[in-house]
Amino acid sequence: MRSIKLSTRQEEILTGYLCLTPYFVLFGVFTVYSVINALSMSFHEYNVFISPIFIGLQNYYELFLDPLFHKAMANTFVYSVFTVLLQTCIALLIAVLLNQKIWGKSFFRAAFYMPAVTPSVVISLIFSWMFFRDGVFNYVLSLVGLPSNIDWLNNVQAALPAVIIVGVWSNVGRYMLMFLAALQDIPRSVYEAAELDGAKGWNLLRFITIPLLRPIITLVSVLGIIGAFQVFTEIYIMTSGGPLDATTTVSYMIYTNAFNYFRMGYASSIAWVLACVIFGFSMIQRKILDTEIYY
Amino acid sequence: MKSLRMIVVYALVLLITLITFGPFLFTLSTSFKPPADAFQWPPQLLPNTLTLENYVAVFNVSPFFFRWTLNSVILAAAVVVGRLVFCSLSGFAFARLNFPGRNFLFILMLGSMMIPGQVLLVPHYLIMRNLGWLDSYASLIIPGISSAFGIFLMTQFLKSIPKDLEEAALLDGCSYIRIFWQVILPLTKPAMATLAIFAFTSSWHDFMGPLIYLNSVEKFTLTLGLNFFRGQYVDWWSYILAGAMFSNIFPIAIFLMFQRYFVEGIRLSGLK
Repeated sequence: MRSIKLSTRQEEILTGYLCLTPYFVLFGVFTVYSVINALSMSFHEYNVFISPIFIGLQNYYELFLDPLFHKAMANTFVYSVFTVLLQTCIALLIAVLLNQKIWGKSFFRAAFYMPAVTPSVVISLIFSWMFFRDGVFNYVLSLVGLPSNIDWLNNVQAALPAVIIVGVWSNVGRYMLMFLAALQDIPRSVYEAAELDGAKGWNLLRFITIPLLRPIITLVSVLGIIGAFQVFTEIYIMTSGGPLDATTTVSYMIYTNAFNYFRMGYASSIAWVLACVIFGFSMIQRKILDTEIYY
Repeated sequence: MKSLRMIVVYALVLLITLITFGPFLFTLSTSFKPPADAFQWPPQLLPNTLTLENYVAVFNVSPFFFRWTLNSVILAAAVVVGRLVFCSLSGFAFARLNFPGRNFLFILMLGSMMIPGQVLLVPHYLIMRNLGWLDSYASLIIPGISSAFGIFLMTQFLKSIPKDLEEAALLDGCSYIRIFWQVILPLTKPAMATLAIFAFTSSWHDFMGPLIYLNSVEKFTLTLGLNFFRGQYVDWWSYILAGAMFSNIFPIAIFLMFQRYFVEGIRLSGLK
């Protein structure tokens, strides 16, 4: 009896390792080796055609003096902060709206998710067209009496806000669904108790809903920041980083350095700085937003 | 008071619907307008004359559009199948089996989700270059099938299934591989569907990957092809919009068919 049991246990261990082998082979190559390679690459000068030259911290030094990198970092901050703030608030608002007893709820839920299933290339092309001086966007602005003679994507001041609008528009649906799922998990009894205590409308939202949603608000904003810091397709298609680098983001700069100028080492060093910034940002967010909730 | 509140709610919902659908509707209508009407002032939602000219043009001037669609379908199918195999195998090991180092490997995998894709861009390109995989789908499929998030999802799902079933099977002398195949796998259909949807979407939407790895026009995916097509017909916006609408047929159709699983996937990703 004993020997059979032992062999079952051995079989369990063996099966475990066998099942994980395919994934961890890829993990070894595309994660472990790649991370090490990316780190070492950032200390080298490498243009693909001649073998890498070790240059120590030169790439990082250049980076800190590079005015384009400063500009890209500033653009990325502005883009990320505005996109994440706007999309989180709007998504929460829509989720609260849809969490009531309204007619056609599942239709609206699906409808608002539509941008999230549309490839960002398609979204970027649609908006490139709408942002023309005589395009649909300006027309809508003129309908509500706002200035409408802006060539959005070719205007140094307007291009970044235009890209932010696209980011918010395409992300809201996804986060709205996450909020909605969390809202449905809040027990009705919590609201009933609060209503008995005389809380109404806005106060319910402020003192019950938002505090209870805190974990999911953290998650949505952390995911939002991670996504926003890496925005690429919209920039590539709509503005190519222009006009006058007004929309050059860090990830766009990584791409151009690596694949247009073949500066693999420099691109890697930018990527590491970006990774640290993303990491730092999400840590700070967690600190600010995360608290234990009991109910 | 109550009815006033509901009026405000419906007004807001309607406004959001307009903002969400507006761009799609204008694009759709313009794709059926004559090319000269791509920039009307004021823009009209309903075309004066309906024409299929743009769609015909898309397929005539760019013989590759069908090819690109086929490429995207093949690529997405490969990524979906591969990811299902990888994620269910790894999920099974993490959730149902006990072996030394399991928790360490699980945490290692979870930790890898924190590495931004940008860091891996250069090394992945260099690996593909050394393997001779540039301009081939292997460069998109092989990294695409390993998904830490997918494994995490599968593990969580499998943990929720009671252990009784496989204990009974074990007593009957069933091997672990057979338990996986005959007991566990049939129970994972909902999680598989969600995973498949995620894999399909990420493959179909991917732009940066094809942009970096694919060079030959006939190998392009639909997203990359659309960008290429735009470069060829810079000022022909009604052609470009028709192409954009065409590229969106597949994702929208998949979404409408499998809506349930999209919602489920979002719910699960909120559990993290």
